[in-house]
Amino acid sequence: MNWLAVYPEIVLLTMACVVAMVDLWVTHPRRTPTYLIAQASLAVVAVMHLAYFNGGATVYAMQRMVVSDPMGHLLGFFAAAAVMVTLAYARPYAAEREMLKGELFTLAMFSLLGISVMLSANNFLVVYLGLELMSLSLYALTAMRRDSLNATEAAMKYFVLGALASGFLLYGLSMMYGATGSLEIGEVYKAIGTGQINKSVLAFGLVFIVAGLGFKLGAVPFHMWVPDVYQGAPTAVTLLIGGAPEFAAFAISIRLLVEGLNGLAVDWQQMLIVLSVGSMALGNLAAIAQSNLKRMLAYSTIGQMGFMLLGLCPGVVNNNTLSAANAYSSAMFYVVSYVLTTLGTFGIIMLLSRQGFESEQIDDLKGLAKRSPWYAAVMAIFMFSLAGIPPTIGFYAKMSVLQALVSTNVPGLIGLAVVAVLLSLIAAYYYIRLVKVMYFDEPVESAPIVAGGDVRLLLSINGAAVLLFGLLPGGLMAACAQAIVQALAT
Amino acid sequence: MGLLSLAIWLPILSGGVLLAYGRDENAHAVRWIALVAAVASFVITLPLITAFDVSTAAMQFQENLAWIDRFNVHYRLGVDGISVWFVLLTAFMTVIVVISAWQVIEERVNQYMGAFLILSGIMIGVFTALDGLLFYTFFEATLIPMYIIIGVWGGPRRVYAAFKFFLYTLAGSLLMLVALIYLYFKSGGSFDILTWHKLPLAMNAQALLFFAFFAAFAVKVPMWPVHTWLPDAHVEAPTGGSVVLAAIMLKLGAYGFLRFSLPIAPDASHHYAWFIIALSLIAVLYIGFVALVQQDMKKLVAYSSVAHMGFVTLGFFIFNELGVSGGLVQMISHGFVSGAMFLCIGVLYDRVHSREISSYGGVVNTMPTFTALAVFFAMANCGLPGTGGFVGEWMVIIGTVKVNFWLGLLAATTLVLGASYTLWMVKRVYFGAIANEHVRKLVDTNPREVLMLSLLAIAVLWMGVYPKPFTDTMHVSVTQLLKHVAVSKLN
Repeated sequence: MNWLAVYPEIVLLTMACVVAMVDLWVTHPRRTPTYLIAQASLAVVAVMHLAYFNGGATVYAMQRMVVSDPMGHLLGFFAAAAVMVTLAYARPYAAEREMLKGELFTLAMFSLLGISVMLSANNFLVVYLGLELMSLSLYALTAMRRDSLNATEAAMKYFVLGALASGFLLYGLSMMYGATGSLEIGEVYKAIGTGQINKSVLAFGLVFIVAGLGFKLGAVPFHMWVPDVYQGAPTAVTLLIGGAPEFAAFAISIRLLVEGLNGLAVDWQQMLIVLSVGSMALGNLAAIAQSNLKRMLAYSTIGQMGFMLLGLCPGVVNNNTLSAANAYSSAMFYVVSYVLTTLGTFGIIMLLSRQGFESEQIDDLKGLAKRSPWYAAVMAIFMFSLAGIPPTIGFYAKMSVLQALVSTNVPGLIGLAVVAVLLSLIAAYYYIRLVKVMYFDEPVESAPIVAGGDVRLLLSINGAAVLLFGLLPGGLMAACAQAIVQALAT
Repeated sequence: MGLLSLAIWLPILSGGVLLAYGRDENAHAVRWIALVAAVASFVITLPLITAFDVSTAAMQFQENLAWIDRFNVHYRLGVDGISVWFVLLTAFMTVIVVISAWQVIEERVNQYMGAFLILSGIMIGVFTALDGLLFYTFFEATLIPMYIIIGVWGGPRRVYAAFKFFLYTLAGSLLMLVALIYLYFKSGGSFDILTWHKLPLAMNAQALLFFAFFAAFAVKVPMWPVHTWLPDAHVEAPTGGSVVLAAIMLKLGAYGFLRFSLPIAPDASHHYAWFIIALSLIAVLYIGFVALVQQDMKKLVAYSSVAHMGFVTLGFFIFNELGVSGGLVQMISHGFVSGAMFLCIGVLYDRVHSREISSYGGVVNTMPTFTALAVFFAMANCGLPGTGGFVGEWMVIIGTVKVNFWLGLLAATTLVLGASYTLWMVKRVYFGAIANEHVRKLVDTNPREVLMLSLLAIAVLWMGVYPKPFTDTMHVSVTQLLKHVAVSKLN
């Protein structure tokens, strides 16, 4: 037993229980004590993750069930920070919708715990355990507004399809277990490396694993739940679903596909290419047709995840893993930059929603530049970042993924890069259409935008981060590269 | 901080300050701050010329800082004889744009001025970047302020024009991004443009790179047949937007050909030169005819810009010094002349609110001073000797004749076309009897308008009468470039 490796998770679990208990005695309508305790514990967890990341050691613990490595901790830090930011944006929004209960904080923390478990999993069952912990918390959060028809419907869909996806994943994992005789990721890797394993069983299991991952990432053709859930869930919960869990989806993709099933890379790379091109094409085309902002962003997420998946494709070229670190770290940088931008985007939506109505339609942003030049500028930065226009972080994310593809010098992958940029041109259309709505159209309502000082400051920092990490992306890129290099080395 | 960094960041930072703190209540202060910032930004670029060493083709005023270590990207700046004048042109035109907006823009003044100042800094960045990714960052970043400028202060179809502008340019430059990354990979992990110049490349790689760059720069120049965004963008953009588009933004594309296509893919450039020459001639001839039938003054000048830029690309791809230098001189003079033409249209538009040629007639009777200046710029647009417009076109034509007499003849006939559409417009707008009540009520130019037009007139005359400072600065760099392009990169 090496408890040290899982301290962040232990703290998180303890504090989630503490928050649940403390809230019973809180009568404050804004739940300030609960909120502060939750944020403080999340901050502690984030700092611990960062400290572990700086330590840079790879430690296996709990009979090699979990691993504490820089990749897990870096992503854990980002996930904890993302949940903190989400809760800060969500508090005023939730308060006006009678959602500001202790459960919001407890469940958010439990979902983060699930994410953390996935990030540090070194065993198929631990991956599954973390996945279920995260998903169940998120299902419950989606359904938190019991009297909202949309939210209930979304929760049902999310639950049914999510359960199906988990089933797929579990089935695939069981095939792998049957074929290799081990649940431990490293052992599976070794077993496949011997070349003694029945290839058709492996391929069969792999299909289910990729399908399960595809569901969680929201990649076409497993994307159906994404638009409905994004639209139906309360925006605060949408952000909890669309923010930190992306880190987990990325991490388990790396843990399962790269650390475990690298021997099958030729097979899963082809599957991922299909998923990726399908997601970019369908996500970006469908987003154009949306009039609902959250639905549009859902399709945009599908497209963005498709682009991220491209970064996983050039890892193994001609049985050669030289380009692996470059490829996977670019995908990781992509996820980080995507979540950073998404947090701000939904933050703005929640900010605008607060006047007793849901700001869900694209038209609700009309003339924002006149109502509030500052928020309009911040939102414009997010949109240009999602569209991949320099000097925002989104461009450098796209650039590094493209770079990973082109550097393989495989004509097919270079062609894929060209397809990707052409599809991101389509995406640019609907992102800049949002800028058009904010800047070129006349406002339909003139209600002033009220925001608490903390939300205002946080949004500004979020916007500045998207811009500053764009101007100086070097540090973040290097951190991702370091994390991936070490994950691959073991 | 070096001079070039200052030239880039001073306008960007002052623009940012205006965006953050300017309000329409204190529009007056905003205008003055913008003017001071623009003039200061121009003044600090002057030493670039006075201290420029014309005897070397090496990059001068270099700056080099590590930027993104992971991809070996550097913040690397420098100018040579090819780029140095465009830095000054950009800074100068920004001053003019700020003056031109003085009384015209009354809504969101800080955003307007801020956008132009930021745009100015970004464009200087494009001309001075010596690192591929830095270049691309600046090149793409120009889209954001221009998109906002067209969309917020533009005409009735501004949204359509803004989208068309943005997506057309983005489509081209995304392919260039793949090309830049490919070069990064091929050069063993370097984004240094000067390293790329020396990089040996196989013919098919060169051809692909050439066409990827072509996609980006041809859209920006714009060359026929990807020019259709330009008339829309010009017509809908506010005056300042049109001025910056015509005077500087189009030059980014032509500059790209010289900095990337020719030196990086010399063999492909030679091999496909016929293609570019054909497109350029179509631009000068066909677009010349298209310009002839325009009813809208801005559209006419927009098409004339396409035709003039056709001369530039023609000059570049005949590979002799007269051609390339002529193209460069043409770029600078076209910057002044087309900018001035759009300002003249702006002066009329502010008074009558119409850009239709048929809404005018006999303007000379009510606005004599203005007409004198406007006719002068029209003459420069036709390429009248003694104006800047003449020098570049003449050099390109002579250069072309040296290569092929018939090509030269074909190019020269377009001077006739240019004269016809420009002078015909002048006749219909400025001369003749007073056409209607609007024209009768016109008031002649105020001192502000005279100031901005005179500044440009001086520049145009100077280039026409004494172009030597321009050609001297370019000479060594252009010769060096041609020497470099003449050497095959194969094997």
